[in-house]
Amino acid sequence: MQLRAGQRGDSLYLYLSGELDEHSVSQVRSEADRLIDENAGLSRAVFNLAGLKFMDSTGIGFLIGRYKRLKKYGMTMYLESPESSADKVLALSGIYTLMPKL
Amino acid sequence: MNEIYLKFPARSENEVFARNAVAAFMLPLNPSLSELSDVKTAVSEAVTNSIVHGYSSDMGWVFLVCRTDGDCLEVEISDEGRGIENIEEALQPFFTTLPGEERSGMGFTIMQTFMTEFSVESEVGKGTTVRMKKRIGRRPEADA
Repeated sequence: MQLRAGQRGDSLYLYLSGELDEHSVSQVRSEADRLIDENAGLSRAVFNLAGLKFMDSTGIGFLIGRYKRLKKYGMTMYLESPESSADKVLALSGIYTLMPKL
Repeated sequence: MNEIYLKFPARSENEVFARNAVAAFMLPLNPSLSELSDVKTAVSEAVTNSIVHGYSSDMGWVFLVCRTDGDCLEVEISDEGRGIENIEEALQPFFTTLPGEERSGMGFTIMQTFMTEFSVESEVGKGTTVRMKKRIGRRPEADA
């Protein structure tokens, strides 16, 4: 599981790659929170999921956790380019109503 | 008919092994990519439940049985953990006993949605068994 970050305009981009499950989530959770805290002045965060080869419902919990953290800073959250398997889990959970897919 | 029996310690690092073992086992059924990922996701949910809820921080074994029968894959995942007090409640989407830990409560919903058949049996103090079936190749898949 890897997390890469970048900034474009007023957006923080977080690129997730690898397999997100109960085992890998704790490391990426603390990294994502650190990046969010460091970029708290920006207006939105975009999670790019193109490199995410596997995600189970642990990913839903992870994304909602980051959504809550971003909300405290007044930042909005978006998802981008999920693979079809991750997209199926995300759509089933209804999470796109909280964090729209770009 | 073919079958495998696996037994592994309830450690989260074994989740990736379990789902990939089932995926490898079902390859002779010629699953589409989407069928493969459905099964991997459902297996990951069941194994995670055994580790996180069944055993919590206790040590224990997770048992995984896979069978193929014609075009059908059967998966049985069980533990000897604490068991589920109220199965009806546990099956509700978004229900979780661990709300403080960023749990989505979607595990059983995913297993039910992604597999053709699903059942769960549990006894408090004895453990939980999840049985799932997936018929392979029944519907045309875009990525087949």
